[in-house]
Amino acid sequence: MSAGQRRDGANARMERDRKRGNRQVIAVAYCVVLVFLGMIGYLVRFMVCDSSEVINNPANKRQELLAERVVRGDIVSSDGKVLATTETDKNGKETRVYPYKNEFCHVVGRVWNSKTGIEREQSFPLLTSHVNPFKQLANQLQGQKNQGDIVVSTLNARLQQVAYEALGNQKGAVVAIEPATGKILAMVSKPDYDPNTVRQQWDDLVEDSQGDSALLNRATQGLYPPGSTFKILTALEYMRENPSYSKYQYNCQGSDNFGGNVIRCYNGERHGTVDLKSSLAHSCNGSFAHIGVGLNRTSYRKLCESFGFNQSVGGSFASSKSQFVLSKKSDVAEVAQTAIGQGKTTITPLQNALISATIANDGVQMTPYLVDRIESVDGTIVKKYEPEVRRKVLSQKRSNQITGMMRSVVSDGTAGSLKNLSYPVAGKTGTAEFDAQGTSHAWFVGFAPAASPKIAVSVIVEGAGTGSQYAVPIASRLFEEYLGN
Amino acid sequence: MDKQGAAEKLQQLLGNVNAVGVAHSVVVELSKYIIIFLFALYTWHCFTVFIGRDKERKERVYQHQIKLIFTIHFICSLVLFLNSLNIQIVLLYVLQVVLFLFVSKSYPFVYEGMSRVVLNNMIMLLMTGMVMIERLDIASAVRQMIFAAAICVLGLFIPYIIEKFSYFDIFGWFYAIAGLLLLALVFVIGEEHYGAKNWISIGSFALQPSEFVKIIYVFFAAAFLTRAEKFKDIVLVTVVAAAHVLILVLERDLGAALIYFITYLVILYVSTERLIYLLSGLLCGSGAAVAAYHLFTHVQNRVIAWRDPWSTIDAQGYQVARSLFALGTGGWFGMGLGEGMPGTIPVASSDFIFSAIGEELGVFFAICVILVEISCFVMFVNIALKMTRRFYKLTALGLAVEFIFQVFLTVGGAIKFIPSTGVTLPLVSYGGSSVISTVVLFSIIQGMYVLNREEAEDSEDKRRRGRRPQEEEEAELPQQKNVRRTAERRRKRPDGER
Repeated sequence: MSAGQRRDGANARMERDRKRGNRQVIAVAYCVVLVFLGMIGYLVRFMVCDSSEVINNPANKRQELLAERVVRGDIVSSDGKVLATTETDKNGKETRVYPYKNEFCHVVGRVWNSKTGIEREQSFPLLTSHVNPFKQLANQLQGQKNQGDIVVSTLNARLQQVAYEALGNQKGAVVAIEPATGKILAMVSKPDYDPNTVRQQWDDLVEDSQGDSALLNRATQGLYPPGSTFKILTALEYMRENPSYSKYQYNCQGSDNFGGNVIRCYNGERHGTVDLKSSLAHSCNGSFAHIGVGLNRTSYRKLCESFGFNQSVGGSFASSKSQFVLSKKSDVAEVAQTAIGQGKTTITPLQNALISATIANDGVQMTPYLVDRIESVDGTIVKKYEPEVRRKVLSQKRSNQITGMMRSVVSDGTAGSLKNLSYPVAGKTGTAEFDAQGTSHAWFVGFAPAASPKIAVSVIVEGAGTGSQYAVPIASRLFEEYLGN
Repeated sequence: MDKQGAAEKLQQLLGNVNAVGVAHSVVVELSKYIIIFLFALYTWHCFTVFIGRDKERKERVYQHQIKLIFTIHFICSLVLFLNSLNIQIVLLYVLQVVLFLFVSKSYPFVYEGMSRVVLNNMIMLLMTGMVMIERLDIASAVRQMIFAAAICVLGLFIPYIIEKFSYFDIFGWFYAIAGLLLLALVFVIGEEHYGAKNWISIGSFALQPSEFVKIIYVFFAAAFLTRAEKFKDIVLVTVVAAAHVLILVLERDLGAALIYFITYLVILYVSTERLIYLLSGLLCGSGAAVAAYHLFTHVQNRVIAWRDPWSTIDAQGYQVARSLFALGTGGWFGMGLGEGMPGTIPVASSDFIFSAIGEELGVFFAICVILVEISCFVMFVNIALKMTRRFYKLTALGLAVEFIFQVFLTVGGAIKFIPSTGVTLPLVSYGGSSVISTVVLFSIIQGMYVLNREEAEDSEDKRRRGRRPQEEEEAELPQQKNVRRTAERRRKRPDGER
C-alpha cells in the first residue's frame, strides 16, 4: 500500500469522523432551541396575562416606590361620589380620607394595617398615573407628584347609604347586584368600623371583646345557613327531575318525621294540601323535606355547584366558598335538613344574591365585579371592565317558571309586604335557625321588577327572627330607592 | 449609592433642583428605551450576520456590534453615575472599557479564525452583568472586575495549552479521578451557602469546585466515549459519571447535579448515536428526581415554591415570588437603572440576576439576554458540527450543553417556568468561580475550533501538494502530525518546537 493511498484513506476516515454524530448534534440543538422558545413564550404569557395581578400582591414592596412619585388616586362610586381620596397638607404630608366613614368600610377597604377591599384589589392602578406625558413633565418641573388614576366602582352610593341605614344597628349584610351584568351595586356588612381612624382603633378591633368581627366583610366572607331561601334550589332540582312537577302534592300536618328527625313548619302551622308553588310561597318545611329525600343527591349537588357552591365566587375580591356537602352517603335526616336550608349547608350573602341574580338574568350567571373602569385624572379611560358570563345555569323557560313561583312568595306568601310596590317583585324569605335555642337569622333574596329585573338583592339580619319581619323591609327600601316607589 | 443623597448633592452644586431633577429623570427615562433598542439591534445582528457570504459586510457587522456594546455600556454607566455621583463608577467604567477593548482586540489575534459573534457575545454578557452588579453593590462589581480581567488575560494562553497537549483524549482516568477528588473535597473542607454545601475557602476567596470540575468532567466523558467501543466500556464510564452526579446530590448542589447529568446523557447520545441511551437515561433521571423529591425536604421546598409561591410567600415561595414581583413591576421597558428595588430580590446579583435585569432594564432587554445566550449555543453547536476529531466534537458539544442548560435552569427558575435550582447566569451573574469557568469554557471551544480549522487546512494543503511521500511523517499518525505542523506553522518562535 503506497503512502498516497494511506493518506487518502486517512482523509476519508477523517471526513467520516467529522460527520459521525452530527445528526444527533443537530437534534439536540433543535430540542434546546424549542425548549428556550417555550420558556420565552412562558415569560411573555406571564407579562401579558398574569403580571398585573401578581404585582398587586401586598407583599410587593414596589408599591411604596410608586407612592413616592404618584399621589394615590381616588375611588369613586358609579354616581360620581368620592369614596376614597388622598388629601395633601401644606407640608406635603398625604392622608387617605374616606368621606363616607363607616358606610363603605368593607367594600372600599382601607390602606392601613394591610390593605383590603378595592384599595387592595386596585392598589397598583391607583398608584399609576396616566396623565398625559406633557402634563407629567410639567408637574415634575414644578416639583409636584403626578395624580394617580381614578378607580370608578360599580357601587351606587345612594343605594349603599340606604342599605347601611336600613340595617341600622343590627348585625348582618346586604348585597345588591345588577343581574344583567354582575355589577355589585351595594355591599354592606355590619358591625363596621371607620377606616379613617382604623389605626387608632386597631387593637380594640383585633381584640374584639364583643365578638363583633367588625373587620370581617360578612357579605363575601360570612358563612350562614341559607334557611328557607335554599328551597329555591330544592324546587329547581325537583323540577329538573320531575317534568310533571305541577302535579306535585303534599299534605302538611305541621310536622313530619324524616329518618327519625322531626321537621316542623314555622310555628307548627298546618299548611294542609300544598303543591310545589304554594309550598314555596308558604315555605312549607315538611313539603320540602319530603321533596328533598326523594331527590337524586348527585344531581342535586351538581345543580348547587353549578350555581357556585363549593367554588370561589369569581371576581377578584376575597371571599369564602359556600358549602354544599350532601353526598350519596348522607342519611335521610341530613338530606331532609339540607332540603330546607338547614343541615351543614352554608352560604355567603353574596352567593345568595348571585342565585337570585342568575334566575333574574334568564339563568345566565354573570361574574360579580366591583370596578367598572379606571380613568386618568383628565378623564381618559385607561381600562374598562366588561361584564363576563360565568356560566349558563338554567334555561330561560325554567328561569321563568321558578320566577313565577317566587312571585307567589310575594303575592300570597311570606313576603307579602312587598305587594304594595308599584312593580312585581319575586323573592324568597328565610328564617335560618343556627343554635339549639332556636334563634334565627332573617333572610330575604329576590329581584325586581320580576319581568325585566334591574336589581337582585340578598339581605341577612343576624339573630333577628323571621325573614318576613326583619329582612323583607330592608329589601323593600332597597327596591324603593333603586326603582322608585 | 443613595439616590436621595445624590439628588441633594446635585441640588447644592447646581442650585435649581427641579431642572436637575427633570434632566435626571429625562436621561433615565429616555436611556432605558435607547438601551433596549440598541440591545435589540445587537441581538438582531447575532442571528443575521451569517446571511450571505460577503466577508466585508460581516466584518462591518462585527465592528458595529462592538460599537453597540460600548454605547450601551456608556449609557448605563452614565445613568449609574448620575444616580450616585460616585467617582468609583467612573473608575470602574474606565477599567471596564480597557478590559473590553483589550479582549476585543487581542482575542481575534490569538484565536485566529475564531467565532467573532461568540467573542462579542462574551463581552456583551460580561458588560451587562457588570453594570447590574455595579448597580446592586459596588464592592462586588470591583471583585467581579478583577476576576474577569484575570481570566480574560489567562484565556489568551488556552490555545497554546491545547496545542501543547494534543493528546488530551488519553488522560480519561486522570480527569475522572481529579474531578471526583475535587468534588469530594467539599465534604472535608466545605462550607454551606444557601443550603448547599458546595463551597471551599482559600484565604478570602470562596470557590465552588463544581464550577471548575464541570470542564474536566466533559473532558473525562468525551475522552472515554471517544474510545468506548463495547457496551462494557459504556457501562464503566456511565458509572463514573453517575458518581460525579451522586456526590453533587449529596452536597445538595442540585443545579450542578442536573447540569452534569444532562451533559453526560447528551455526550453519550451523540457518541453512540443511539436514542435509546438518551431516553433510558432521561427515564432513570425522572425516577431519581421523584425519589429525591420524597427523600429530601429541600427538593420538596423547591417544588412547593414552583407550584404555588403565593400561598407560601413568606416561606418556600419567598424567592420566586420576589423574582416575579420584580419582573412584573419592571414591565417590558423596566423601571430604569437605579429606579427599581432589585435589592428586595434574594441573591439578586447571582442566582436571580435575570429578575434584577428584567426589573430595571426591562423584560425586552432580559429576553435579548436569553437570545444572546442562545446565539452562543448555536455557534457552539456549529463549531461542534465542524470538528473532525471526535474528542473535540464531543468536548465542544458537552461544554455547549453545560452552558446552555445552566442558562435554562437559572432563567427558568427566575420566571417560575421550572423549580429554581440556584445556579448562576453564565458571564452575567456575580461570582468568581462562575465567571472564570465560563470564560475558560468559551476559550476552550474557541481554541479547539481554531485548531480544527488549521488541521483541516493542513490536510487540504497536503492534498494539493500532491502525493510526495515525506519520510519523517510516515512514522506518525496523521492527526498528531497535523497538530505538530500546525504548531510549527503558527509560531515561528523556537520555543514552539519539540
